[in-house]
Amino acid sequence: MLQDKDRIFKNLYGLHSWRLKAARGRGAWDGTKEIIDRGHEAIIDEVKTSGLRGRGGAGFPTGLKWSFMPKQSDGRPNYLVVNADESEPGTCKDRDIMRHDPHLLIEGAFLAGFAMRAHVSYIYIRGEFIREREILQAAIDEAYDAKLIGKNNVNGWDFELYLHHGAGAYICGEETALLESLEGKKGMPRLKPPFPANVGLYGAPTTVNNVETIAVVPDILRRGATWFASLGRPNNTGTKLFCLSGHVNTPCNVEEEMGVPLRELIDHYAGGVRGGWDNLLAVIPGGSSVPCIPASECEDLPMDFDSLKALKTGLGTAAVIVMDKSTDIIRAIARLAYFYKHESCGQCTPCREGTGWMWRVLERMARGQADKGEIDMLLDVSYQVEGHTICALGDAAAWPVQGLIRHFRHVIEARIDAQAAKPLAPSVPVAAE
Amino acid sequence: MSVRRLAVEQPEGFAFTPENLEWAKAQIKKYPEGRQVSAVLPILWRAQEQMGGWLPEPALRYVADMLGMAYISVYEIATFYTMFNLAPVGRYYVQVCGTTPCWLRGADEIKDTCRKQIGEPGHMTADGLFSWTEVECLGACVNAPMAQINKDYYEDLTPESLKRILKDLKAGRPVTPGPQDGRQASAPLGGPITLTDSELYRNEGSEDSEPATRPGAAANQRERSRAAPKRPLGKGRKPRPR
Repeated sequence: MLQDKDRIFKNLYGLHSWRLKAARGRGAWDGTKEIIDRGHEAIIDEVKTSGLRGRGGAGFPTGLKWSFMPKQSDGRPNYLVVNADESEPGTCKDRDIMRHDPHLLIEGAFLAGFAMRAHVSYIYIRGEFIREREILQAAIDEAYDAKLIGKNNVNGWDFELYLHHGAGAYICGEETALLESLEGKKGMPRLKPPFPANVGLYGAPTTVNNVETIAVVPDILRRGATWFASLGRPNNTGTKLFCLSGHVNTPCNVEEEMGVPLRELIDHYAGGVRGGWDNLLAVIPGGSSVPCIPASECEDLPMDFDSLKALKTGLGTAAVIVMDKSTDIIRAIARLAYFYKHESCGQCTPCREGTGWMWRVLERMARGQADKGEIDMLLDVSYQVEGHTICALGDAAAWPVQGLIRHFRHVIEARIDAQAAKPLAPSVPVAAE
Repeated sequence: MSVRRLAVEQPEGFAFTPENLEWAKAQIKKYPEGRQVSAVLPILWRAQEQMGGWLPEPALRYVADMLGMAYISVYEIATFYTMFNLAPVGRYYVQVCGTTPCWLRGADEIKDTCRKQIGEPGHMTADGLFSWTEVECLGACVNAPMAQINKDYYEDLTPESLKRILKDLKAGRPVTPGPQDGRQASAPLGGPITLTDSELYRNEGSEDSEPATRPGAAANQRERSRAAPKRPLGKGRKPRPR
């Protein structure tokens, strides 16, 4: 179990001040100049050695991503963009970083910006986080006032940090949609390649990183890559913020080591499943986009990228959505299908049409008004959506449906049988049907 | 995707107040020269705030002219991003999260409460005070169910607590945003069981170490450029070891 001294987010719950002075007391902005003096490559190497993988869902090695940025400018600037468009259902960790410990993010952006030779960085925060935006902007202003960032700052790397906000579109959490939105357009993802590291914001080399990824960087550089790598498991190192929601007794956010057993998260931190462990039906382990797993797979499950991948699901954003046996699992997934239908940007036909189609079929299945053959048809359609769209929203819409059918086909079939067994309602003649 | 259209009845014109105009010009400076279009979302949002919660068509044209954009580009943006309301809303605009994590914890009852207290989604009460809608995940899932009313999140709701909040708003009484069950932010009910080692906070100093917020405690803050921000209000509680 992670000890308090190894936690990075010391003010996760906002019991202490988020202001610069208090943040410095907790260790932020300590020796930043010395870290800068190590040089660009040394910082990227340190992050590579730490094994840090992106915390926004995909789990791509952060140091490697940074190394894709050009080392010599061809006249275009390098940009760092921080993805604070936290909207994945189940996920509410970046919000806590921004409202309770914003200086971790600001210092992280400064260090990451330096490592990638970026003098300008934008933080793209979701529009609904209005209070979080106010606090983060006030913290940025504090950092400017203290000459920690800005032109001719005390740390010796000119760095402008701007806060930008969205206006309600889940798709803008996709990195290229985010860049489009930041350029003042509809948030429609771009085809890759070219990747943002070559052609990103305003056509210039850009790296987009999640808030949590950036916020852990200062601690990695201060305490050393070996400290970070000593936590967690091989290839899944460090600490992670877990969001425990749904049918648990005390839902909460908590920072734990990667690879912490799911049951420990639920029982120790979230007060257990409502009605006890035996009342567990299923868990969505990494935010709404990953397939659910049934209770039978939850017993000894280490929560990290590789272990969950082996179960055909994923760590995603580490947002654990717990469902007890009272849950109508078909309706739960149908509601997610509605979410993806609502949030599809409409650019690619398989996603625009497929998300609505899957939602409508699932709504019927939740009422049992379906044919058993339609289960395989639904599965087939989900595979037609997956992998056939510009961005991963199509995949994200398909996976929950696939998880439902993989593990709970019997529930759908039983619902259809129960509906079929009902005596027919007296038929009402309907014109033109 | 969702179908969104401009309202039928539109006001004659729109112009920023001098204060907002100055603010908008400062926003444009955040972006490289010639990239002023980048500021369209924040500026539209400010226009919506000035209009009391919705974006009339003249405002779209005004912002387009200001940024040198084609009108259609701004119409596209206003209809794409769902936080832009294209028709008037109540002075207190209640957005109830209905996505699965909130649904699992009773979002349906919260929606029913809104139906009973306010009416159908989109309907504005006769006094113009309230309207409500269901929205997708607002990112406060460990504090479900929740709703956003204007700028603030109200979390860990029950039908009773929401009813009380609506009643207080109607009567003009102050309401407290954040968790409604006494929780500290995203810590478990009953108090944090981590981050209890006082050694972590030894160097924070006394002057500035009072706890910052329940969410929304910084409500008196406005975004300002490079000015020293005010200290937030709010009394905090000590962590309770379990």
